Amino acid sequence: MQTKRMTFPGRWLPYALLAPQVIVTLIFFIWPSLQALYMSLLREDAFGLNTSFVGLANFRRLFADTYYLDSLSVTAVFAIGTTLLSMSAALLLATTVNRMLRSRNGYTTLLVWPYAIAPAIAGVLWWFIFNPSIGIVPYVLEMLGYRWNHRTSGTDAMALVIIAAAWKQIAYNFLFFLAGLQSIPQSLIEAAAIDGAGPVKRFWTIVFPLLTPTTFFLMVVNVVYAMFDTFGVIHATTQGGPAQATNILVYKVYADGFVGLNLGSSAAQSVILMAIVVALTVVQFRFIERRVNY
Amino acid sequence: MASIRIEGLEKTYPGGVKAVKGIDLEVADGEFVVLVGPSGCGKSTLLRMVAGLETISAGALHIGERRVNELEPAQRDIAMVFQNYALYPHMTVFDNLAYGLKNRGFKRDEIRRRVEAAATMLEIEAFLPRKPRQLSGGQRQRVAMGRALVREPAAFLFDEPLSNLDAKLRVQMRVEIKKLQRRLKTTSLYVTHDQLEAMTLADRLVVLNDGRIEQVGTPMEIYARPASLFVATFIGSPAMNLIPLDYLHTNGGGDTATALLHDLPEGTDIVGIRPDDLHMRAPSEPHLVVESTLELFEAAGAESHLYVCLAGSDQPTVIRTAGQPPVAEGETLRFYVTRDALHPFNRESGKRIGDHG
Ligand SMILES: Nc1ncnc2c1ncn2[C@@H]1O[C@H](COP(=O)(O)OP(=O)(O)OP(=O)(O)O)[C@@H](O)[C@H]1O
Ligand SMILES: [Mg+2]
Repeated sequence: MQTKRMTFPGRWLPYALLAPQVIVTLIFFIWPSLQALYMSLLREDAFGLNTSFVGLANFRRLFADTYYLDSLSVTAVFAIGTTLLSMSAALLLATTVNRMLRSRNGYTTLLVWPYAIAPAIAGVLWWFIFNPSIGIVPYVLEMLGYRWNHRTSGTDAMALVIIAAAWKQIAYNFLFFLAGLQSIPQSLIEAAAIDGAGPVKRFWTIVFPLLTPTTFFLMVVNVVYAMFDTFGVIHATTQGGPAQATNILVYKVYADGFVGLNLGSSAAQSVILMAIVVALTVVQFRFIERRVNY
Repeated sequence: MASIRIEGLEKTYPGGVKAVKGIDLEVADGEFVVLVGPSGCGKSTLLRMVAGLETISAGALHIGERRVNELEPAQRDIAMVFQNYALYPHMTVFDNLAYGLKNRGFKRDEIRRRVEAAATMLEIEAFLPRKPRQLSGGQRQRVAMGRALVREPAAFLFDEPLSNLDAKLRVQMRVEIKKLQRRLKTTSLYVTHDQLEAMTLADRLVVLNDGRIEQVGTPMEIYARPASLFVATFIGSPAMNLIPLDYLHTNGGGDTATALLHDLPEGTDIVGIRPDDLHMRAPSEPHLVVESTLELFEAAGAESHLYVCLAGSDQPTVIRTAGQPPVAEGETLRFYVTRDALHPFNRESGKRIGDHG
């Protein structure tokens, strides 16, 4: 059990080395979380002059609020849509690239670039592309007989934010799927080919089942991304509208807290979000990591 | 059941590597042919072309009466056993065996019957509900064999199927594969770089070198009359000793030495002698005598290997002898060789010189 160990003189050095990480975590994660937890139990009056302790009242009111419940279902639709779209597009791209021999690296590099683009900029990009008056997509859809307007149609707006949010995540999913595909031994595919399975059958009976660990991992990552990391996309495109149709939970936290100045409710919402993150993380580590191996 | 006819087969990989440079070979119906050769000589490439996993650059390939050059692997009616077994890790052993049958639209009852028959034959019934990762290497090997034979294909293709097993299991599986093939009489093409495996399994042996066939024949034919220096050193362990004829002319002793060496065919300049053909006691037939110093003595149980240096040269030579002769390292030893044991070669062409031996 004896392992080789480096020893430093003095007791302060380890603490000094750990300190930056600990301080960053404390200031930017732990402290705001505690503050949110505390504020979720308070209520401020409209002018911010008077603050009173109200216990769980903020939470009770949230679950009685139809807007909040709508936002929950909007978030669910958005998260599922984004996850499905980004994962299936990424899987399609990864299987295509995986077949290439020489040009593989070039495509991989190109496909990864979107990931480096800030969500807000991506949002603006999509805002332009889908702009009902000047965008290219509404123009094409118009010719096909569909009148696109995400400013008035909730469905169009949802489609827009899903596409915009999924687009960015494709790069990330693509890399993981490609790595997953490359770890499947070629001889398995060859054995299946000799066993009489065509390309489509091979994909669904051999390749896809073998990718399950990757797929589950990405599912959790994508749901987390869609629920918590898409503020920029929404803000740059629909701002939660029209008529709350794309007002997902993270965006509502911001809208209620910073625009509506209802800090207590906003804090309660972030506490609920935190609980969801924790739950997803538990699912990730406890359930998936253990269950998905063959 | 079918024969495999390979005519002028060539493979050039994209990028210009020419891995197979024109191979002609006919594997008769029910025959067990082994392809053997050093690493990188194109064995796998040739086998994979037969399987349909690599495209054929030139030449024709017939399985049975059909020309199969352009057919998909599935349509060639062959089964392949891979070096890493290539079992589907997410399926049970049963499903691994059944997969090929399901894809071909067999009825459920028929699938069950065939899988169970194959499992019984290979003694893997107990493992049918298990996943491959719950099996040992030897058991996986059996499952891979089972997957090949449930389909009752026209031919089996093996690509070094035993090289991931330990030495003992390898011998055991080798015997089983041979027995199984005898029983099923399925045409088989088997790739290995292990010359012992090749010798023991083959009805007919094909020695490949650098994308070409060096020699085809029964294992004993090849052992007894290697057609080239390459085959001479590749087949047989320890490898055949190659001694310049000049050396034997000047240093070879014995009354009959001159006559014996002159009997070698015209053009011979190198003589091959198997390690077993250097005897420590003088035989009654005409013979040649060489003197040497024992450098290393290696006892290997039933036999011993003597690494010697021929007198008056730095030529390293190996002798294999039964039992353990009473010799000491550093001692001077004499060895006796008869005419039959001399394999005449030409260094320039690398070929054996036609002789009557
Ligand atoms: N996909 C490929 N692309 C380019 N060259 C290849 C490819 N596969 C094999 N080669 C080359 O073709 C030659 C023959 O390879 P092959 O795999 O047939 O050898 P082998 O006889 O099976 O060797 P081993 O005993 O090591 O398995 C080698 O020089 C190898 O580098
Ligand atoms: Mg090989």
